Amino acid sequence: MARRPFPIGALIAAILVLALVLGPIPLLLMRGSGALVWADLAALRFTLTQAALSALLSVLLAIPVARALARRRFWGRDLLITLMGAPFLLPVLVVVLGVLTIFGPRGWLVEIGLPMPSVFGIQGVVLAHLFLNLPLVVRIILQGWQAIPAERLRLAAALGFDAAAYWRHLEWPMLRAVLPGAALAIFMVCLTSFAIALTLGGGPRATTIELAIYQAVRFEFDLPRAALLALLQFGICALAVLGAAWFTSPSGFGAGKGVVLAPFAPKGWRRTIDVGVLISASLFVALPILAAILRGLPGLPDLPPQVWPALFRSLMVAVVSALISVGGALTFALAVAAGRRGFEWPAMIPLASSSLVLGTGLFLMLFPFISPARVALAVTILVNAALALPYAYRLILPDARSVQADFGRLAQSLGMTGYARLHLVTLPRLRRPLGFALGVTAALSMGDLGAIALFAGERGATLPLLIQRLMGAYRMDAAAGAALILMGASFTLFWMFDTAGRRDADT
Amino acid sequence: MKTPILAAGFLCVANLAMAETPVLNVMTYDSFVSEWGPGPAIETAFEATCACDLVFTGAGDGAALLARVQLEGAASEADVVLGLDTSLTAQATATGLFATHGQTVEMTLPVPYADANFLPFDWGWFAFVYDNTKLTTPPKSFEELAASDLKVVIQDPRSSTPGLGLLLWVKAAYGDKAAQVWADLADNIVTVTPGWSEAYGMFTDGQVDMVLSYTTSPAYHLIAETDATKSAAAFAEGHYMQVEVMGKLAATDQGALADQFMAFMLSDATQAGLITTNWMYPAKTPAAGLPAGFETLITPEKSLLMSADEAQAARGPALDEWRAALSQ
Repeated sequence: MARRPFPIGALIAAILVLALVLGPIPLLLMRGSGALVWADLAALRFTLTQAALSALLSVLLAIPVARALARRRFWGRDLLITLMGAPFLLPVLVVVLGVLTIFGPRGWLVEIGLPMPSVFGIQGVVLAHLFLNLPLVVRIILQGWQAIPAERLRLAAALGFDAAAYWRHLEWPMLRAVLPGAALAIFMVCLTSFAIALTLGGGPRATTIELAIYQAVRFEFDLPRAALLALLQFGICALAVLGAAWFTSPSGFGAGKGVVLAPFAPKGWRRTIDVGVLISASLFVALPILAAILRGLPGLPDLPPQVWPALFRSLMVAVVSALISVGGALTFALAVAAGRRGFEWPAMIPLASSSLVLGTGLFLMLFPFISPARVALAVTILVNAALALPYAYRLILPDARSVQADFGRLAQSLGMTGYARLHLVTLPRLRRPLGFALGVTAALSMGDLGAIALFAGERGATLPLLIQRLMGAYRMDAAAGAALILMGASFTLFWMFDTAGRRDADT
Repeated sequence: MKTPILAAGFLCVANLAMAETPVLNVMTYDSFVSEWGPGPAIETAFEATCACDLVFTGAGDGAALLARVQLEGAASEADVVLGLDTSLTAQATATGLFATHGQTVEMTLPVPYADANFLPFDWGWFAFVYDNTKLTTPPKSFEELAASDLKVVIQDPRSSTPGLGLLLWVKAAYGDKAAQVWADLADNIVTVTPGWSEAYGMFTDGQVDMVLSYTTSPAYHLIAETDATKSAAAFAEGHYMQVEVMGKLAATDQGALADQFMAFMLSDATQAGLITTNWMYPAKTPAAGLPAGFETLITPEKSLLMSADEAQAARGPALDEWRAALSQ
């Protein structure tokens, strides 16, 4: 069998991503000599513990939710699936305040008389991470369920599979293919968590490596130390990628005609459990969002006029970064699916990068040549695209693998390559994950402050920066109103891309 | 037919004129340049007098500002840096990037302040702010606060200047006993936020009883929102001050203009404007006095402020004490 040509596009994308993400490290290291200190060990331990717990719980709790969603058909199911995309897209501050409004010391649950343990501590950090990530994992697993070919489901029905056989032959192999990647993505995003870990962590006990980086850059101006801490994060990330690869195995279902069929839906007590699971998950996701909406409404009537140009800039940043990000992710996913496993690295490594180190490094790179404020939007687009790439990659990869496994040889024997193959085989099959990935990356880019803070000039603020400015000027109501606009815009953007991907492809 | 040529000619002249207008670059923290901060009004007023172009550049918050100055180093386009506070001036001086200001201004700060490199432009007292409709007998000292079961939120001294201010406050008031005070306060501090905004947002959302802010915070609610429900608790130990300063960079190519700007910052009109845009006390009280509403604020009996070198020396050990006490 002739080997496929080396993916030049993926190579170029990989070089760009690695230069962007790793380039800042030597730049920072050159500025003197720093060292890690004893307290960093405690920070490392806390960081790892909370990230591992968050990832593990997200994945474990997501399985029953995704299964119930996959096998039950009910009114509002589409809405619920879309809602599952929402928390992930919220600005961090909105998440923190939303979680506090429900679970906090003066939260709704306390108000209605439920005995609540304190939300501050590692439990609060994990809770907020669950709120953010559980729905995303549900969506990822749900995709896995929907990717089980209808032919296999019919075969299972014809053979009279019971629940155990169903699990053994269909569900478990699918989860083996999907879960490690999902857990990896959550673990890594929680690794660099900063504001949530600190605010809900309840104090210096909850020091993460990212906070140590903050301190090193801002108060001590010890850039080499910041770079060392960033390297530590990359090291953990590398181990995690290797670990996830070790656990992942392809599902090997083979090709189907691409029809999505609701899997076997057992009746009786299993149905009751599914209903309970769905209601709990909906409440868990919807309540903090509802709190954020209620908090934002009073601020809407007197929103400052600057909100609208800022919203426009944010939308532009979001759409452009999403296109770049998903383009890059598709390139990597196809290369990895075709057997070039090495491209897994550039696709995943941006998750472990500290946005402060990234911003500082880019600043050092650009400052000698151009005024940072003039390239603020371009830098924001680039950084957001890079930071969102791993998500897009994770969402596209499972289906890219299936397409390669199912149609790769056929396409090759037909001599179908390049655009024709992309257009006729790959893209139609990847439409759903591509739409979802575009939605997620666009919404992520809307909410992320990332590196912009260092580059922001007098004008040209994006919406998240504007919200921060409003809060800094005591205008908490206006800020909450603007945050509601941001939420609405992110969600609309996500919904549009996601729906475009799912159209004609679902049910 | 001739209009485009004429227009092009005018454009050239305009460009020439632009090129000859000197530009003064002032680097400051982000909320200063925002539409709701003092920046825009100051820009208009100064440009009306200086025949120059004043450009503000926002660089994150107060703590990020010094980092930004150091990142840019001697190659910086900035002429003036505005908004460092006195816990950072020793570190700023040590960079060697700042020039002496050479100005003598009669200040109205409650404590004497003099620094060869830095001029204050406003200041405030740190204080715990509470809702006076929910809390009728606020604590009168750190000890009373520690003995109460009030829930407070503070900022992290490793990422925010008010957080660092509280650290120095406790140190200045209690010296060697600071560690014990922190240990006693540990059960009152529900959490620590990365910056002022998150903490203040938690407070206005009603999640906590008190928040570390400024004695002037209630003035914002009173004057801008006609809301008299916020008050600051007066502490018997005295209140630590945040003095916000500005300095001229040694590498500036607009030295005279920079001096002019710094003098302008301390003029009557600018100082009066700062009070209700930055919600701090003026470094030099304007002739018209403070705006109505400020008379309702508490006036601490004792003002605490470490010198720049003391603050620099105290920071590391105080941070270790803080971390140890709150990590229990």
